[in-house]
Amino acid sequence: MAENKHKLLEVKGLTMDFGGLRAVDSVTLEVHEGDIAALIGPNGAGKTTFFNCITGIYDPTKGDILLHPKGLKTRRLNGLKPNKVTEMGLARTFQNIRLFPDMTVLENVMIGRHCRTKSGIFRAVVRGKRVREEERQIVESSYQLLEKVGLADFANEFSKNLPYGAQRRLEIARAMATDPFLLLLDEPAAGMNPQETADLEQLICKISAEEQIAILLIEHDMKLVMNISDPIYVMEYGKKIAEGNPQEIKDNPKVIEAYLGEETDA
Amino acid sequence: MIQNLKQSLIVSVWFVFLTFPLMVVRVNTMDQVVIWRWMNMVWVAIGSFILSYLWRYMLARQQVRKKVADEGVEIRSRTQLLLEDMSFRYKAMGIILLAALVFPLVFDTYQSTIMISALIYVVLGLGLNISVGLAGLLDLGYVAFFGVGAYSYALLNHHFDLGFWITLPIGGILGCLFGIVLGFPILRLRGDYLAIVTLGFGMIFKVVMENWDGLSFGPSGIANIDKPSFFGMDLSLANSTIYIYYIMIALVIFTILVTNRLKNSRIGRAWIAMREDEIACVAMGIDIARTKLSAYALGAFWAGMVGVLFASKTTFINPASFTFMESAIILSIVVLGGMGSILGVIIGAFFLILLPEYMRAFSEYRMLAFGAAMVLMMIFRPQGIISNLRQTYEYKGSKDKINNG
Ligand SMILES: Nc1ncnc2c1ncn2[C@@H]1O[C@H](COP(=O)(O)OP(=O)(O)OP(=O)(O)O)[C@@H](O)[C@H]1O
Ligand SMILES: [Mg+2]
Repeated sequence: MAENKHKLLEVKGLTMDFGGLRAVDSVTLEVHEGDIAALIGPNGAGKTTFFNCITGIYDPTKGDILLHPKGLKTRRLNGLKPNKVTEMGLARTFQNIRLFPDMTVLENVMIGRHCRTKSGIFRAVVRGKRVREEERQIVESSYQLLEKVGLADFANEFSKNLPYGAQRRLEIARAMATDPFLLLLDEPAAGMNPQETADLEQLICKISAEEQIAILLIEHDMKLVMNISDPIYVMEYGKKIAEGNPQEIKDNPKVIEAYLGEETDA
Repeated sequence: MIQNLKQSLIVSVWFVFLTFPLMVVRVNTMDQVVIWRWMNMVWVAIGSFILSYLWRYMLARQQVRKKVADEGVEIRSRTQLLLEDMSFRYKAMGIILLAALVFPLVFDTYQSTIMISALIYVVLGLGLNISVGLAGLLDLGYVAFFGVGAYSYALLNHHFDLGFWITLPIGGILGCLFGIVLGFPILRLRGDYLAIVTLGFGMIFKVVMENWDGLSFGPSGIANIDKPSFFGMDLSLANSTIYIYYIMIALVIFTILVTNRLKNSRIGRAWIAMREDEIACVAMGIDIARTKLSAYALGAFWAGMVGVLFASKTTFINPASFTFMESAIILSIVVLGGMGSILGVIIGAFFLILLPEYMRAFSEYRMLAFGAAMVLMMIFRPQGIISNLRQTYEYKGSKDKINNG
């Protein structure tokens, strides 16, 4: 981690309790500009819960989530509604794909543009020049995003009819449509075959490099994680047990133990 | 095929056997003779055979479709393709409009009156379609907004002598405000809870109107409401019916235009996204509370407007016109027509309002036939008459880029 890089997300001592269950236990984590950070850990470690806290779906029990947008003042995300968090420039995808099944692929992405556009009810009814221009821009930028993730040919299909891997890429495109500077991906490679995973790896690198979007991803595919991520954070039973670059993580005895325990079970 | 015929045959024999004592044998106790009604047996046999065969045939067809759909290939029926063809759409709309315009000149007052009530339900269906069909917010008390519109005209006309044309927008706006007021407490509710609470609202409206004599004149209602004025002239009954008919046609066209634009706008997409997946929707930066309220308010707006027209058409209203039954019918229109589809809702409204009207001849059986039709519909076409027309968007430049890439 280079010290001079701008810090975008800073999570300090984040704790989330569900009744008696402490799903996330004082986790501290940082994502810097240009990072492809990864959050790994065995099933049930609390990774998704961590994402849900950051994105406003849960209100964390303790801790601070601070967002430092470049050139703007720092915002504390605790207790903000998810849509406010997204407006602030932090977008996400879901582990269990959550597309809008009866909308077309293009419309799914267009939804992402909602918070960056303005026309209201009266304008929509009158449909003046401004609205038509705005609609044109929404369609255009959505199309371009689809081209980026390689789904432009499917633009007018219903999203429920897409193959699994394509649905995951569509989720990424939809999240990118909200103009984020930080993108949270929850197991983007889950259910993908090796070829699709390789394509995804390229896509993530491309997003990071070309769009200047920092990425924090949860992933079980170790090859993918080790190839592209730095830093890597490891969670187990809600606690952060390690952080560092891929080499440090591979050599960390605690991580080996956490994963070996899992691998012998499998 | 053969299998189906065989099965149907068995069913029909079974039915004949079951109904034999009831339908065929009749003991005349006076003359102490048994009458054998063999004709009845033939009818039962033929009827049950045909019904059973149809049933099997439809089920088989649905199975095939499902299989194809599961394989990821999308089946688009011929009607669907036709409806997505714009030039066909414009032609069809032209013809329908023409037919609608000459209707009251060709048919008598009675027919026009029936048509007016069907059109009222078209507007109600399109309004409810916003909250139920597009935004996915079940509303079982929609008739309350209709009542708000009707009472606002009746009362404003009674106390302040306000005319129809001024009250029409007022009714809409009042409906809208009620939508927002009722929308707030139910923002957090979903599914069953939402259904129960909205049902309650509908009931409360009726109970309040029945008991708040000072405001609403109680169960006896308000009479002598003015019909719409035509440049200050008094019209004969026939003419005023025709006049209201044309107002109604204009209102329907206005509703279709506006709801269609809303549906294909930024707001409309947000409604649909909220219906599809609320969590994904809010995670994409859409303010759920605002989106819900706008759906409720805009749905209620149409009910308020058309309520004003209803009051002016009947010239008399009382709380009995705003029962849960009305809400249920409007909801059926939306579900039967196809959630979210404007064309579907229009067809659904005509189907549900006109059919019982013209089946009056079979008065005893009409509700039975009506119920059976609904059940069959839900089994064989759960998505409604018209489903899911996709919205496509033009984007220049996309073609060459796809080809290059
Ligand atoms: N809404 C909730 N209510 C109660 N317990 C929950 C809730 N959400 C998650 N948990 C619990 O919190 C723990 C962490 O779950 P989480 O989904 O965050 O794990 P994960 O690291 O994402 O696992 P996986 O790799 O399987 O996705 C689990 O024990 C889970 O049962
Ligand atoms: Mg998870």
